[in-house]
Amino acid sequence: MAEKVLMKGNEALAEAAIAAGCRHYFGYPITPQTEVAAYFAKRMPKIGGTFLQAESEIAAINMVLGVAAAGLRAMTSSSSPGISLKGEGISYIAGSDLPCLIVNVERGGPGLGGIQPSQSDYFQATRGGGHGDYHCLVLAPGSVQEMADFAFHGFELADRYRMPVMLLADGTLGQMMEPVSLDYGEPVTVEKPWATNGTRMQRKHNICNSLFLQPEELERENIRRYQRYEEIKKNEARAVSYEMDDAEICIVAFGIASRVALNAMHAARAQGKKVGLIRPTTVWPFPSQALAEAAQRCKAFVCVELSMGQMIEDVELSIRCKRPVVLCNRVGGVIPSPQEVLAAIEKAEKLGGETL
Amino acid sequence: MSMNILIAGFGGQGVLFAGKVLAYGGMLEGKEVSWLPSYGPEMRGGTANCNIILSDTPIGSPIVNEPDVLLAMNLPSLDKFESACVPGAKVFVDSSLIERKVARTDVQAFYVPATRMASEMGMDGLANMILVGRMLRECPALPRERWEEILQKVVSARKQNLLALNLKAMETGWNYEG
Repeated sequence: MAEKVLMKGNEALAEAAIAAGCRHYFGYPITPQTEVAAYFAKRMPKIGGTFLQAESEIAAINMVLGVAAAGLRAMTSSSSPGISLKGEGISYIAGSDLPCLIVNVERGGPGLGGIQPSQSDYFQATRGGGHGDYHCLVLAPGSVQEMADFAFHGFELADRYRMPVMLLADGTLGQMMEPVSLDYGEPVTVEKPWATNGTRMQRKHNICNSLFLQPEELERENIRRYQRYEEIKKNEARAVSYEMDDAEICIVAFGIASRVALNAMHAARAQGKKVGLIRPTTVWPFPSQALAEAAQRCKAFVCVELSMGQMIEDVELSIRCKRPVVLCNRVGGVIPSPQEVLAAIEKAEKLGGETL
Repeated sequence: MSMNILIAGFGGQGVLFAGKVLAYGGMLEGKEVSWLPSYGPEMRGGTANCNIILSDTPIGSPIVNEPDVLLAMNLPSLDKFESACVPGAKVFVDSSLIERKVARTDVQAFYVPATRMASEMGMDGLANMILVGRMLRECPALPRERWEEILQKVVSARKQNLLALNLKAMETGWNYEG
């Protein structure tokens, strides 16, 4: 096994993207993810890659669109307000069935908000974010190692399903350092016969486009895309379970919230409470099956998130509101303490006792 | 066993670097480690802090809400974090910059005039490592014979000439009686 190094999440994901064969990064600085761009600025010139600081977020995402259409692995990164700016371009990329990686190291919102960690772009990330019917495949890392691993595998997922993949992180995961191993070996590549990379006079020219003026044709494109989404829902929904075998209370949390929730889970277990945790590592598709199964055995749920209550809607949908779900949240850049999660667990125990 | 460390001071005092030495050292000792900096505008001339966890088991939250070790390098940091310490915590105070004593009686306080010592020894800016050296004597997380190896990992290649000074600062802190 390769030697572990201590790296920030922002830097680890950049190095993993390079390992995945990404040689084109376009971005515009914004806290708390500027280290991503800084890392690429240092590394790309040394490996024959392109680092370009664009004049705006909108320009950067459209550069990604161009490189993706040419069949190469490309990415951009930003934080919440910058991702909003990229929304139009992301919709065009989805509408043109192009693969790329988009990193959102979330900060508090709405508006310019603050610069401290947040998860309040959950709706934006999981419902598309731009205009029209589309999704990004959204990966939710919970450690620096996963920041790297999900960036590496994200490119493969994007290529395989021809769609934008979003890495949904937060300021904490971007800024913190943990030991990380970047021993990936050769990346898996996917043939791209659709790429607009020159016909060499040997084939008909390819077109990457999201404009379809005939309603029936546009409808067909949308339906075809959603058939692909159904495949993705079946194949790619992921979650990691902790102590769920005998759990009566199930915590649901991703990213930094799941790290705090783990502390609370261990503290609750030490008090003799049967508490488990399901940590979605994809939030679109949402791991509904894992939650539906948990609802068979658990009497109540606790949803821990850094928003006013966004993922809780997916939790309630997944379990068809069969069990009470207690929201434990802080917003604006504040992270709940394990004690606050413990208090929510106690509340869930009471509510769960009433419904059974 | 897990050690939750909080280092706090002014931006520029090397708070983040000191944390990095502890985190890297913990990693080389085979421990689970995490390092989380404060980030944002408060760092420019204001307060900076960093949370380090060294643990024998996988780390949940990287956030240190209740430190068992506090290194306070200025008064606002001691004011802000003294009350957060767990009972029995070890609090290391740069007494050349902080005039008051630790108010709590249920924690162990250690006073080191680190900034003055650094200045007198021609090591301006290494008060952080003096405090780290003093702390490592009380909290034996990283064996002394490995300090140099740890510093080699953390000090960037173009600053390797400062390695010996960092090591000397740590040893000065370790040897300080007071």
